[in-house]
Amino acid sequence: MTGFGRLALVEGKLFVREKAALIGVFGLPVALVIGFGLIPGFSDPQKGLSDQIGTEYIAALGVAIVLASLGLTGVPMVLGQYRERGVLRRLGVTPVRPLTLLLADLTVWAAAAVLSVAVVIAVVRIAFHVPAPVRSGWFILAVGLGIASLFATGLLAAAVAPTARSAAGIGWLLFFPNMFLAGIYFPTEEMSSTMRQVGNFTPLGSALHAIRDSWMGIDPRPEYLGIMAAWALVAGALAARFFRWDQA
Amino acid sequence: MTPVIEVTGLTKRYGGKAVVDGISFHVEPGEIFGILGPNGAGKTTAVECLEGLRRRDAGQVRILGLDPKTGGHRLHQRIGVQLQETRLQDRLKVREALELYASFYPDPADWRELLDRWGLAGKASTSFSKLSGGQKQRLFIALALVGNPEVVFLDELTAGLDPGARRATWDLIAQVRDSGVTVVLVSHFMDEVEELCDRVAILERGRIAALDTPAGLVDSAGGEYRMRFRPMAPLQERSLTALPGVTAVGRHGAHVTVTGTGDFASAVTAELARRQVAVADLRIEGRSLDSAYVALTGRTMDT
Repeated sequence: MTGFGRLALVEGKLFVREKAALIGVFGLPVALVIGFGLIPGFSDPQKGLSDQIGTEYIAALGVAIVLASLGLTGVPMVLGQYRERGVLRRLGVTPVRPLTLLLADLTVWAAAAVLSVAVVIAVVRIAFHVPAPVRSGWFILAVGLGIASLFATGLLAAAVAPTARSAAGIGWLLFFPNMFLAGIYFPTEEMSSTMRQVGNFTPLGSALHAIRDSWMGIDPRPEYLGIMAAWALVAGALAARFFRWDQA
Repeated sequence: MTPVIEVTGLTKRYGGKAVVDGISFHVEPGEIFGILGPNGAGKTTAVECLEGLRRRDAGQVRILGLDPKTGGHRLHQRIGVQLQETRLQDRLKVREALELYASFYPDPADWRELLDRWGLAGKASTSFSKLSGGQKQRLFIALALVGNPEVVFLDELTAGLDPGARRATWDLIAQVRDSGVTVVLVSHFMDEVEELCDRVAILERGRIAALDTPAGLVDSAGGEYRMRFRPMAPLQERSLTALPGVTAVGRHGAHVTVTGTGDFASAVTAELARRQVAVADLRIEGRSLDSAYVALTGRTMDT
C-alpha cells in the first residue's frame, strides 16, 4: 500500500475514534430529520419553503450543516493542531510528504461527508418516504462542489492562522455567519432580498440552494454551481500559496 | 573513508541575522558526533538544515552523498530523525505509529523488536496522549530507527527521561552505533555528550567555538583544577604555595583549597605525608567537559 493509502487508513481510524466528530457528522443530521419528520403535517409540501416537502427541506439542511461543520470547523481545527504539534514536521523528515497527510485527511473527511449524506437520504426515505434526490446527477455535483468549496475555505483558514487555537477560532467565525446567511437558522424564503443576495455568494448558501433544488427535481441555477466552483478554486489556490507546514 | 556528512560554510539567516553562521564539519561513518551548546546557539536550526526541514542560505551540505535541498526524498529513505518537541495524533496507538512509519521505508526494521528494545511492549495498544513523557520520548527514538537508517539525528535525546532511563538510553544508542549507524546527537547536557560522543562541536552564537573529542576539548581547555581537604593537624599554608604547579592556596574555615596545574596534586599529597599531616574530606575536582566548556566559551551553559 502507498503512503497515501496507509495514512488515509490510519486517519480514518482516528476519525472513527473521535466520538464528537461522529456525533456531529452522523448523529446530528439524523436526529434533525427524525425530530422534524415526526412533526405532524411536515411531510407535506410547505408554502413557506417554495412548496418543498418539510422533511426533504430538513434533510437538505442536514446535509449542508454536515458539509459546513466538517469543512469550516473540522478542517482548520485538525490541520492547525497537526501543524502546531509537529505531526506535519515529523512527516517532513520521512520519505512521505506532509502534503500526503493533508490529502489523506481531506479524503477521509470527504468520504465521511458522502457517507453521512447517504445515511440522511436513506433515513428520510425509509422513515418518511421522502424520495431520493430527483436530479441525482445535479445533486451529486452540488454535494461535490459543496465539499470542495467549504473544505477549501477551511484549508485557507488553516493556512493563514498562526496557531491551532486561532485556526479553530477562525473556523467558528466562518461557520456561524455562513450558517446564518445560508438560511440554516431560518429559510431564505423569509429573508430580505439583499440578505438573500449576500447569502447566495457564500459557499454554504449556494450549496444549500443547489442541494434543495436538485432534491426537489429542479435543475440548480448555474450561478450556484459557479459560485461554489469559484470559492473552491480561489480559496484552494490561496491556501496552497500560504499554507505553512511548520509552526513559526 | 568518505565522510557520511560533509558540511562546509553552512549558513542560515532569519531576518538578516545569521542564526547559523558559516559552520563546517564532517562526520565519519559509525561515529557519534555531538553538537553541544546553550539554547539559542543554532544547534537545532543547523541540524534541521541537514535533515532537509529548513533550506540553508549558503554553504554546502552532503549527507550520504546527497544534498538535502535536492535529494530530499532519497535522503529521507536513508536517515532517521528524532525532532525536539513534537507530538503525534492523540488517539494514535503506539503499535499503529510504528507500523505506519515502518511502512514509509523501503527496508524497515522489525517494529515489534523496537517495541521490546525501547521498553514499550506493554504500551503497544496505548494511545499517544496516554503515554508518559519518557514513553513518548522513547517512542520518538524508536520511530527514528524504524526505517533502518544509515544516519540518525537525535535532538535532545534524553529530554523528559528520568536518570535511570537516561543511562539505559545511552547504552541503547551506543548499541545503535555499534551496529554501524552514524549518530548525530544534539544536546545541551555535558554528561551525555561526554559519555556518548566520539567527537563534539561546541556551537556558540551560530559558530563552532571548538571541535574535538571530549577528552581533547578538556585537554585543550587546560586550566587549573582544585583539591580540597580538611587537615587533621595544624598546617602552614605557605608550605604548599611553593610546591611545583600550585598557583594558589586558600582556607575556608577548616578546609584548605589548593589550585594548580599539571601534577600538583601528587606534590601536595607528598608534602602532606612528609609533614605527617593527615587529611579528611579530600576531594579533587577533576577536569570535566563542563569546566572545559566554561574555559572554551567563557560562560556556563545556563547563561
